[in-house]
Amino acid sequence: MLDLKEPVLELVRLTSTDLPPDVEMSLRAAVEQEEAGSAARSALETILKNVELSRAQSTPICQDTGTPIFYVYHPEGMSTRKLRQLITEAVVEATRKSYLRPNSVNALTDKNTGNNLGDEHFPVIHFEEVEGDILTIELMLKGGGCENVGAQYSLPNNELGAGRDLAGVRKVVLDAVQKAQGQGCAPGILGVSIGGDRGSGYAASKEVLFRKMDEASSDPSLAAMEQRLTQESNQLGIGPMGFGGKTTVLSTKMVGMHRLPASFFVTVSYMCWAYRRRKMIVQGDQVRYE
Amino acid sequence: MREIQLPVSDEIVRSLKVGDAVALTGVMVTGRDAVHKWLSETFIKRTRPPQGDDLTVYEALKPLLNGGVIYHCGPVVAGLATKEYRFVAAGPTTSIREEGYQGDVMRHFNLRGVIGKGGMGGKTLKACQEVPGMYLHAIGGAASYIAQTVKRVLGVYKLEFGVPEAIWVIEVKEFPVVVTMDAHGGSLHAEVDQKSKSALQNLLTL
Repeated sequence: MLDLKEPVLELVRLTSTDLPPDVEMSLRAAVEQEEAGSAARSALETILKNVELSRAQSTPICQDTGTPIFYVYHPEGMSTRKLRQLITEAVVEATRKSYLRPNSVNALTDKNTGNNLGDEHFPVIHFEEVEGDILTIELMLKGGGCENVGAQYSLPNNELGAGRDLAGVRKVVLDAVQKAQGQGCAPGILGVSIGGDRGSGYAASKEVLFRKMDEASSDPSLAAMEQRLTQESNQLGIGPMGFGGKTTVLSTKMVGMHRLPASFFVTVSYMCWAYRRRKMIVQGDQVRYE
Repeated sequence: MREIQLPVSDEIVRSLKVGDAVALTGVMVTGRDAVHKWLSETFIKRTRPPQGDDLTVYEALKPLLNGGVIYHCGPVVAGLATKEYRFVAAGPTTSIREEGYQGDVMRHFNLRGVIGKGGMGGKTLKACQEVPGMYLHAIGGAASYIAQTVKRVLGVYKLEFGVPEAIWVIEVKEFPVVVTMDAHGGSLHAEVDQKSKSALQNLLTL
């Protein structure tokens, strides 16, 4: 099999330093929404200059290179143990090359391992076997600032008048956006899961963030709610960096899950504007990136 | 954009208002969660005795923080093996985590400015009025862009806290920030929070 160490390192480099084109396009459209001379517009202009500079210099878009979250879709018979080793080696090398900040800290001793390895949960690697002969590795880098403003609600929520239905979901998501203010590096992208348990809900709210900016839910009622939540979040006036303005949320991604009769969780993962996610596709000797 | 040299005088701090765009030039230090906890416990609340090089670092920090600014930043730093340090990516981290410490640190060191993102709360705003000081908002995530304004790394303390949490002493040129909390009690963050709360209330009734 093709030696994948360099290609996986390239996936990390690309993810950390080169913002995906669909995200950049969305930010460019947002600039035009903000008033000339406003702090909001100036923030977005700086953001775009930074995107170009990071790409040209191959330096991290954001110094918080986050938790590296890998999703590996592998053909039958491929060793996940070897894939894990390959990925962790690439992560160590990417840290040495300053594509990643050493970000893995022992929660009890506060000691930073210095190489982005920790326990079996750091970096996060999910494996799933798929049909066919194509290996796909997706990587998302999600920083701590936006991770900290994520939220999970158990419905009903009487304080917000949110019942156990889509109307209730809308209310708690708007509450999460208001509470986040600019602290998750607005303008953000919302990943929302409805249902599941507390653990699967958070996982699904991140997984939806692998969708493209313009990719709506296949469920028409969720697709409509995604649009509505983006529009209504932008009526809150929080704006880029929380400076006030028209662009608070760039896009909303929603997914419905099965739930227990007693439980109705709504989980919101807030992704910062530096929405770093890339995909590597390996077929035979060919490697390509999206 | 107004250009300001560090350290900064009372008069200059008082002349700045919420919304002013500022370019900072001079020497500043980084400090975030571990540093604020360490400063508070060891030198302000004194709930923990100084250990190792604590006192030496404290003495070195005093002149740097007096009239100076602290930057809430955990940078990506190249040259760790050779100690020829260079900032590669250096945007701000979320400041509100230091709300419990910041006002006391400002008063203790006569610290005139705090750079970060997301803004801070009432305790820090009160310290800004007293010291006087200000909160300076950098653009979150603009890490490569901001790193370009860091001309030299002059030194590092407490590297055992880890690269993101260490105290980096840096020389900056035209480091871009916006005043979002001033010495007169003004806070853009409090204002946006209030307005967005009432907008949310309206949306919740729909």
